[in-house]
Amino acid sequence: MKTVKVLVVGNGMVGHKFIDTMLEKSELQKSILEPGEALSTQFKLQTFSEESRLAYDRVQLSGYFNGQTAEDLALTDADYYKQRGVDFTLADKVVAIDTKQQQVTTQNGSRVTYDKLVLATGSYPFVPPIPGNDQPHCLVYRTIDDLEAIEASSKQSQVGVVIGGGLLGLEAANALQNLGLQTHVVEFAPRLMAVQLDDGGASLLRRKITDLGVTVHTEKATTEIVAGTTHRYRLNFADGSFLETDMLVFSAGIRPQDELAKQANIDIGERGGIVIDDRCRTSAENVYAIGECALWENKIFGLVAPGYAMANTAASDLFEQEKPFLGADMSTKLKLLGVDVASIGDAHGATEGSQSYTYSDDVEQVYKRIIVSADNKKLLGAVLVGDASAYGTLLQLMLNDMDLPNHPSTLILPAFEGEEAADVGVAALPETAQICSCFDVTKANLIQAVSDGATDMGAIKSMTKASTGCGGCGALVKQVMDAELEALGHTIDNSICEHFSYSRSELADIIRVKKIKTFASLLAEHGQGLGCDVCKPTVSNILASFWNEYVLQDEHVGLQDTNDVYLGNMQKDGTYSVVPRIAGGEVTPDKLIVLGEVAKEFDLYTKITGGQRIDLFGAQLHELPLIWRKLVDAGFETGHAYGKSVRTVKSCVGNSWCRYGVNDSLGFAIDIENRYKGLRSPHKLKFAVSGCTRECAEAQSKDVGIIATEKGWNLYVGGNGGMRPRHADLFASDLDDETLVKYIDRFLMFYIRTAERLQRTSVWLESLEGGLAYLKQVVIEDKLGIADELESEMARSIAQYQCEWKTTIESPEKLKRFQHFINSQQPDDQLAYDVVRQQRLPKTTDNRINVVELVE
Amino acid sequence: MESWTSICQTDDLVPNTGVCALFNEEQVAVFHCAATDSLYAVSNYDPIGQANVLSRGIIGSIASEPVVASPLYKQHFSLKTGACLQQPDVTLKTYKVRRQGKHIQLAP
Repeated sequence: MKTVKVLVVGNGMVGHKFIDTMLEKSELQKSILEPGEALSTQFKLQTFSEESRLAYDRVQLSGYFNGQTAEDLALTDADYYKQRGVDFTLADKVVAIDTKQQQVTTQNGSRVTYDKLVLATGSYPFVPPIPGNDQPHCLVYRTIDDLEAIEASSKQSQVGVVIGGGLLGLEAANALQNLGLQTHVVEFAPRLMAVQLDDGGASLLRRKITDLGVTVHTEKATTEIVAGTTHRYRLNFADGSFLETDMLVFSAGIRPQDELAKQANIDIGERGGIVIDDRCRTSAENVYAIGECALWENKIFGLVAPGYAMANTAASDLFEQEKPFLGADMSTKLKLLGVDVASIGDAHGATEGSQSYTYSDDVEQVYKRIIVSADNKKLLGAVLVGDASAYGTLLQLMLNDMDLPNHPSTLILPAFEGEEAADVGVAALPETAQICSCFDVTKANLIQAVSDGATDMGAIKSMTKASTGCGGCGALVKQVMDAELEALGHTIDNSICEHFSYSRSELADIIRVKKIKTFASLLAEHGQGLGCDVCKPTVSNILASFWNEYVLQDEHVGLQDTNDVYLGNMQKDGTYSVVPRIAGGEVTPDKLIVLGEVAKEFDLYTKITGGQRIDLFGAQLHELPLIWRKLVDAGFETGHAYGKSVRTVKSCVGNSWCRYGVNDSLGFAIDIENRYKGLRSPHKLKFAVSGCTRECAEAQSKDVGIIATEKGWNLYVGGNGGMRPRHADLFASDLDDETLVKYIDRFLMFYIRTAERLQRTSVWLESLEGGLAYLKQVVIEDKLGIADELESEMARSIAQYQCEWKTTIESPEKLKRFQHFINSQQPDDQLAYDVVRQQRLPKTTDNRINVVELVE
Repeated sequence: MESWTSICQTDDLVPNTGVCALFNEEQVAVFHCAATDSLYAVSNYDPIGQANVLSRGIIGSIASEPVVASPLYKQHFSLKTGACLQQPDVTLKTYKVRRQGKHIQLAP
């Protein structure tokens, strides 16, 4: 076996993609070996990064200011590389290549030889040669280190200016805005995003971002940066006007990082870029270049998808597979400062004879224009601002050279109620159509995944990676999957059990719309059989979510899991645990003493829970009412630890005690817990409120996380710890108390309406068609027109709240249930305990005496 | 001649739930299924979870067989035969049960 040493210079997105592709291809080769056969070639991978961290997602860089950490943005980690035998060196730059000796030298003086060299050095931000551009607080926007510098500078600044009104410039402006700076964008051209947008699109975009508080200056050439009078600097413009600012970010385009190649006498384009052929080979033998540093047919590709395609091409070449790079589509769709913007193909109508259709709506602030061929048959390009939902359809029409519908204008006209929006049926797409450009997933790949057994988005994503990059293709992927499932004659069975041919969300709709109040009437009208331990608790939970009646009413009691019947959590020996509510984790010494006294009196094993409360274990049925009588008298309420319901709102002390707290997280946590306590939901719900960005309450691992900011509260949703941890998504920023509560009301009720059985918010959010963006539309923009309903449903549930234990101990009839035998006062005599660390624990099964004989 | 023992009143048994009775020094789970107005009695001991808990399980039907689900690990036991649907080697002892006037009665 021959070993080929492959050295990758640069560990950015494309460099990492190359390494990942090499690893995948090696795995694939190994998997098809005959027994006893060995690989003919083994690749040894090594990479150098100038930055101090491994590859991270530069596309999502602005997320850094929305609470995402460097770890969130990371595309890989040290363990991943180590386990796969990839050598890596961080914070050491390759400074020289000897293409004859096939050796590189790094800044720290290491010399490493190679068999194949891959240059993935990326690009650097172009800083215009303006006198004064090298002063402090004059920054760029490219790496996490840059972001840290911007953040540091923002703390000493009030006003920030971005030089450059292109795509990256507007992202940088978004960042400055998020950091609380008064933000300006200065652009040399007459319009924003001059490359991607036409006049109409650009002027709407300008209007929208001006409304958001960003001041836009176009046709301004900055001539010098000098000391300011009211602010740190003054920018003087060629037309004699000026602007004062405290800091600047240059975002005037990128330049290929080709210095290293140039020194090694590798061919460079006239205006920069390492010249490559269709196989990504440079002019030097055994040297490849990929990504933004590479120049293919005199073009630099400043997007990630073409970079990934080049990575694939270069890796294929090493495996002696043909996968030529033949250029890439530069269409793009993104959200800038919250505004949807998309540009497809020939956005300017530069093609000879091309015609266009324009739809412009000043009221809704939507602009759409499509460019079509002279014969009106094919789509050449498009510009979308304010509503980019047609992007997927339009892009496929252009990429696949498909015929336009008879009236192309229907593609951009809004669909009114009762009308079907013009849509390209996915059936019309050729199998070669690329649906996900981030991971190069075609329609054929998706169809294959479906025939391999994928029947939901989760499976499709894990099998093909489609829609796991930018996520822009999600809706289209789902359509292709659904069409294929239908074609295969699949009826997707979402029935929760044999008694109801409905999913939980469908049952919730039936119960809500038909105002059904009991399981018996639901079963009679919509089910069959007697019900079971799956549908009964599910239905009782839905009934409780919407109507919130006492769970131990005779018609409900038989539906509940034992935990809900006995208002405690059954433990392995059949005893229960007792968890009173301690809202926000705040408890007085007197109440703490009561807990201690009760635990001592009933010999209950005592432990602090992860939700900042106290769990008392080992209570027998007959003891539960006695225990709760004492607790209720002392002012405790049930903690609903037993229900699929709101559990705890964890908090830090916030600005009441903490030196760093910026808001009253503790008081707010207690208010929130008291507002939602007792709310039954498809699965348990955990909340947390942190008083500052240090996030001591770990809110980003909760279903609903709230973090105080200087201007209000940031709301996070869909987080989870436990078995399948998920970092919560930032849902909305800087909310006041009232808006925050309104959003949480709507979010929770929408979840309760639409989630499946035992589906936590994290999984629900991931499987929600349209994802986070759709959820925001429903909750914030009230796209479905149900916000008022959701709020009034929540209000009704809150109004119906009762402490179930208080109600129970006051009802002699209900208390009959709380004894082990119906015909004897004896307790269960088979419970046995050991004393461990001064408390009792159930005896292990080995030493427990089994007195019941089983029949043979 | 069978000997029947009264264990409780009919209205002690809430429809579609169970109770546990002490009968001949054994723990017996007694259930009332309202839809079919049937009574069932099986051992209260869950041999899989190893605890006396079955009277606190949810009752229902699986493929028209009336069952109780263990509140511990959710196995289903036939209320008629005591057989565990998930583990055929495990069977609960069953008892005879009847309604006599206002009384619920058990027999071995």
